[in-house]
Amino acid sequence: MNTIVRSRGTVTIDVEACKGCELCVPACPPAVLTMSTPVNKKGYHYPELHPGCTGCAACLMVCPDYCFEVFRFEVPVETEVEA
Amino acid sequence: MTTATPTRALMEGSEALVRAAILADCKFFAGYPMTPFTEVLEHFAALLPDVGGVCINAESELEAVGMAWGAVATGERAATGSTGQGIALMQESFSEATLAELPLVIFNMSRSQGDYFQATRGGGHGDYRHLVLAPQDVREGVRLVQLAFHLADKWRNPVMLYGDYLLAHTQEAVTVEKVDLPPLPPKDWGVDGTTSGTGRSRTVTSLGVAKPGARPFGQEGKAQYIATKMAYLEREVRSESGYCDDAETVIVAFGSPAKFVKYAIAQLRDEGLRVGYVRPITLWPFPTEAVHAAAQGARVVGSFEISSGQMVDDVRIAVAGAAPVEFIGGVSSDHSGFGLGRLLDVDEVRERIRALHEGRPQPPVPGYEEFAYEPLPHQLAATPEVTP
Amino acid sequence: MSTIPLGPVIDTSRAPASGARVVEPQLPQLLFTNTHHLCPGCGEPLAIRSLAEALEDLGLVHTAICALGIGCYTSFGGTVDVEIVQALHGRAPSLATGIKRMRPDATVFTLQGDGDMVNEGLQEVLHTAARGESVTCVLLNNGVFGETGGHMTATSVIGQRTKNTIDGRDAAYHGYPILIGDLIARLEGAAYVARGSVHNAGSVARTKKMLRRAFETQRNRAGFSFVEILTMCPTGWFIPTGEGPDYLSSTLGEVHLMGELKADGVIRTTEELHAENVRKAAELDAQLARGGIED
Repeated sequence: MNTIVRSRGTVTIDVEACKGCELCVPACPPAVLTMSTPVNKKGYHYPELHPGCTGCAACLMVCPDYCFEVFRFEVPVETEVEA
Repeated sequence: MTTATPTRALMEGSEALVRAAILADCKFFAGYPMTPFTEVLEHFAALLPDVGGVCINAESELEAVGMAWGAVATGERAATGSTGQGIALMQESFSEATLAELPLVIFNMSRSQGDYFQATRGGGHGDYRHLVLAPQDVREGVRLVQLAFHLADKWRNPVMLYGDYLLAHTQEAVTVEKVDLPPLPPKDWGVDGTTSGTGRSRTVTSLGVAKPGARPFGQEGKAQYIATKMAYLEREVRSESGYCDDAETVIVAFGSPAKFVKYAIAQLRDEGLRVGYVRPITLWPFPTEAVHAAAQGARVVGSFEISSGQMVDDVRIAVAGAAPVEFIGGVSSDHSGFGLGRLLDVDEVRERIRALHEGRPQPPVPGYEEFAYEPLPHQLAATPEVTP
Repeated sequence: MSTIPLGPVIDTSRAPASGARVVEPQLPQLLFTNTHHLCPGCGEPLAIRSLAEALEDLGLVHTAICALGIGCYTSFGGTVDVEIVQALHGRAPSLATGIKRMRPDATVFTLQGDGDMVNEGLQEVLHTAARGESVTCVLLNNGVFGETGGHMTATSVIGQRTKNTIDGRDAAYHGYPILIGDLIARLEGAAYVARGSVHNAGSVARTKKMLRRAFETQRNRAGFSFVEILTMCPTGWFIPTGEGPDYLSSTLGEVHLMGELKADGVIRTTEELHAENVRKAAELDAQLARGGIED
């Protein structure tokens, strides 16, 4: 069964600036950030975004490496996700 | 009396120096009371508010120099001051201020000439130098204070005025008038907040940290930059010489004692003795060339200082073997330790110069026979060699 | 915690082409770059971001002068577009005093760590506060000398392991921590005293408000203002970066209690601060879950 996940916002992530501290992952209220399997040029895992972002900016507020920029959609984007 | 009175008036040295500083557009002073410097602080406190300036009675010397540092960083002329122990507390800032290129002026009213090393060798960290001006009396002090502010701005470097109890406390009839000094470029480095957020925000720092567009020094580069700057500061060397053309004996002396030396030498000249003097006006840079030149035809060179002998090291470096160098001063203070003592007496000074000239032993320093150190027997025993 | 099933990874390498607006830019105006050399999981960049945003929010950008202390954060001297006067370790409050007295219209603040302010320069900040100087002192407090590699400071809490309190800070041997904010709040000249934290998004938002109030205090010439900000130092605490926020709130945060310690002349009690912290945390978490902190 598939679910429709609504994204009210999104982010850009400067993955090369990331130092892999993972603070953004538990900070994300909808829990749609996970750490990557690949590493960046410095050798750190970095966050990846999945559908469901609300644009609340919690990730940006706790990111010591200023990796995030936060956007809000005019019309929420819907993604069909396998439950 | 107005602040910048051009009329001749009787006043104590501290007041004259402070009035000269205000004439030089000094707008800020912070200090912590300590004899014999205290009256400098008192006069700044009394006079600066009248010219729109600020004087803060700081809670410590550490804070006094910090406040002056902040004021100087805005591009205003500002100063601090103290004596011996207080200067020692401030020296971390003097060295750092040199590295940060801050034109800080320091009023050091010392308790004796035993702070010559402190003033000229620093005591702060790192590879730094600052100019040291040593007036012989209040009249010259008025002029050298103005020169101090000028040189500080000219080189963006701290400048210390080295005085003493006599300079600070002697009442003299003095005219505090402006010294003509050439104009200097505007201080395009001072902070006022307006360059923040413009992409060209100013930084006043001792560190090699640089913003985009600024010279990317790094720590080594900044140290090298300052090291190569110090050589230029040596151009500001100043001294006064007298009777040196045919002198067989040359005396080197600075500050208030130099005035006594000059008077004693005039007396000895009247007696027909071929004696002369060199008076360093800048203690750093030391007038090496002037002392060396004076030593060329001399039989002997003497250093008269109210200390156990500090400047004599610089005299030896300057004379460089051209003549023997003898220390003819000594430790001598008043009962409190704040003022200059019994050795600073024209008769005492004259007889010490005469003894040197005639190749006789120096007369005893008053007090030395009574209080001379007596080593304990174990101290007289030789200490064994421990180097393998 | 949400139970949204994880969908595919979204391309976050570039901004959405259309149909979206920026709600939070990557960098505040006063930061030149996001590159810095502080460790992973460090809390100091979060505090510095809040500081920059507070100045921008109040329109004080072109008045700002920072007397900068010595610590890890010193490297931001090359990164922030703010006029900097670099101080010796501990001496920034005196520099700020001299600057402010000569430039009364500028917004003058210090940025110092706990080693800088509470160890080396304790008398400086106390005297400046007592004098009621119209400056803002900002303390980044992580309870450790981060730059030297994790040594005890005057704010390290009892039991805290550092390189020179290897079995934990022992009151009988090492003495007690100084609660600097509480000390300053007692001084007549201190008009606004607050302790923030950056251990989660809600506390970052509260801290930014405290910084705004402090700068407003200075703008109104109401007296000395002080904001202490608890920051993570996983390197100096010898813990994984992800554990930093919890370690902060459960150790330092339990002793150095967050909140406005003194505002409008009123000193708040520990009980009041505790109750407020519980209430605000719930409030802000709910706002974040709804989609963002309401200003």
